[in-house]
Amino acid sequence: MLSIKDLKVSVEDKEILKGINLDIKPGEIHAIMGPNGSGKSTLSHVLAGNDNYEVTSGSIQFDGQDLLELEVDERAVAGIFLAFQYPIEIPGVSNSNFLKSMVNSVRVSRGLEELNAMEMLKFLKEKIKLVEMDNSLLKRSLNEGFSGGEKKRNEMLQMAALEPKLGILDETDSGLDIDALKIVANAVNKLRSEERSFIIVTHYQRLLDYIVPDYVHVLYNGKIVKSGDKSLALELEARGYDWIKEEADAVGV
Amino acid sequence: MENITNEVTEELSESMQILEDQTNSDYKYGFTSDVEMEEFPMGLSEDIVRKISAKKNEPEFLLEYRLKAYRHWLTLEEPQWPNVDYPPVNYQDLIYYAAPKQKPKLNSLDEADPELIKTFEKLGIPLNEQKVLAGVVAVDAVFDSVSVKTTFKETLSKLGIIFGSFSDAVQNHPELVKQYMGTVVPYTDNYFAALNAAVFSDGSFTYIPKGVQCPMELSTYFRINAANTGQFERTLIIAEEGSKVSYLEGCTAPMRDENQLHAAVVELVAKKDATIKYSTVQNWYPGDKEGKGGIYNFVTKRGICEGDNSTITWTQVETGSAVTWKYPSCILKGDNSVGEFYSVAVTNNFQQADTGTKMIHLGKNTKSTIISKGISAGRSHNSYRGLVKVGKNATNAQNFSQCDSLLMGDKCGAHTFPYLEVENNTARVEHEATTSKIGEDQLYYCKQRGLSEEDSINMIVNGYCKEVFNELPMEFAVEAQKLLAISLEGSVG
Repeated sequence: MLSIKDLKVSVEDKEILKGINLDIKPGEIHAIMGPNGSGKSTLSHVLAGNDNYEVTSGSIQFDGQDLLELEVDERAVAGIFLAFQYPIEIPGVSNSNFLKSMVNSVRVSRGLEELNAMEMLKFLKEKIKLVEMDNSLLKRSLNEGFSGGEKKRNEMLQMAALEPKLGILDETDSGLDIDALKIVANAVNKLRSEERSFIIVTHYQRLLDYIVPDYVHVLYNGKIVKSGDKSLALELEARGYDWIKEEADAVGV
Repeated sequence: MENITNEVTEELSESMQILEDQTNSDYKYGFTSDVEMEEFPMGLSEDIVRKISAKKNEPEFLLEYRLKAYRHWLTLEEPQWPNVDYPPVNYQDLIYYAAPKQKPKLNSLDEADPELIKTFEKLGIPLNEQKVLAGVVAVDAVFDSVSVKTTFKETLSKLGIIFGSFSDAVQNHPELVKQYMGTVVPYTDNYFAALNAAVFSDGSFTYIPKGVQCPMELSTYFRINAANTGQFERTLIIAEEGSKVSYLEGCTAPMRDENQLHAAVVELVAKKDATIKYSTVQNWYPGDKEGKGGIYNFVTKRGICEGDNSTITWTQVETGSAVTWKYPSCILKGDNSVGEFYSVAVTNNFQQADTGTKMIHLGKNTKSTIISKGISAGRSHNSYRGLVKVGKNATNAQNFSQCDSLLMGDKCGAHTFPYLEVENNTARVEHEATTSKIGEDQLYYCKQRGLSEEDSINMIVNGYCKEVFNELPMEFAVEAQKLLAISLEGSVG
């Protein structure tokens, strides 16, 4: 469903991604790990279509479409969801209003009927249950004054509501305590299906104790330098990143 | 969960409706009506002033008042201090009186000129009695210079409320007009107030007797139709002791290449324990994308909290006009009186707005709140100008001012001119001001959730204005959100 070929990306003329190749099939969970500054977040935002990043070469096919041709909102409609590392605050916009507008806007763009008020309520209730979120968060302004855990939970709620084909979690685990981490993991596990894939971007492997990935890739210096199964994550946990860096530097990445 | 239901339902239908209306983006009030008009010749003179007065069969005191105002106006210069720039107005090129020739009788709509009815239908004014009866709004519509029809008059008159055109009030309640007109905004106040006092043709008059809570929103729509016509309406609202009223003013005008002048005067008088809430949704024609045409909106609005414990609240959503010059103000004379000003001013393309308020604290323990949200897009300029004045005897006066500016794009300007005069050292005055650009990260976030760029902007801007929209009656808040969406269409990207 997602096929990235020789992807090179620059920010202000500095090359950040230096030739990424990655294939993800429906239903798979891929973890992308790596030391700070390796380009993990860049990859997330390039997939979402952030125009601060310039794609200098390569291609991304998503679900039969040329992803690079699509605008940010078109990619969302096509089924890409990015859970932000730092969710954005929008003062004065109630969380519930945002959720409803988002859901119906995407439904219409996907050729579905809008949900009426009662249907929407029922729909959102189910999703809220899924992420074990407190209802009081719905009335507050979007992400404004939310704790770190509340923000991430809210990202999971949005992801559940938009029913994406590919969910990208950009360091969602950073700054979360163990309870919040479990709730995030739980949401992903419940949303996991044969059609839905995930990319879990993380620095630490602790999230992967709760979300078991099919593949683990290590990103270093703008390239995927090692791929494996979940045992690779455990190895990284035990040994750190230095041995990977040394291996990669030795072959001149 | 259950108690969220209503909120969720309401907000949903609201936002969806706004999205739908988005597609309808040009200035939708830009039609003219072919109603046969009776107009005076162009130009201004003592003779024209006399003619207007005679035409309206006015009592002697009013003619005298007009003439004094006119003579005073001749001695004045057009003010240059506002932060706006426009070619000089030639006051001899304007028509000072225009009225639909076939003046409709007030008892039935059937007798009205069908073209006029069509105009009101296009404007979406619920003039149809049945429609109005279903709602809670009483409407007085001022078409060019003459008030056409007042609905719900009877219901209101049972409570002793007088609500109708200014001309009717002059004929039927001259003593009230004589007692209050010009007491809050004297004709000597400024250039445009003097001009208005000399040539005003109609407007709206409201009187709420002692102890009466007006049971419905009172609403006036102003529309300029004829070419080269100035519209000079006067509004006077008197709220007697312990009474309460909420009043809404809406404004539209056709699209014309030449600029049209609008110089209104609004006076509010709140007695002891009285509350007046005055809300405006101003959508005069702003001119085209190149800055051609549009309304010059030079308005003097002022209320006096005359009695103790009285409250005056101004809420305005200003999206129209080529040039706006307007400072709805409160004189807080009664002890413990409260003045509030909530404003959203949007400028796009070549629009210019210089707007704000004056809060004059005279009584003890008086309190004022100013919340101003400016939004500038295109090549427009948006200025907040506000005065907070605390007099010698205003012990424990309190003011809180918050002035926020939002910039969209890099060719527009936002300016803030706060003035502070404090003569009593027990006063507490707070001022907060922010200027921000519409956040790229906010836009990106909304778009990543599948909202289009336009919808994302509307969502962010509406959130920014929420404190002000919350002050508007529900249906007008929805209208205001739609207007905002239309005004800002195409302003980013």
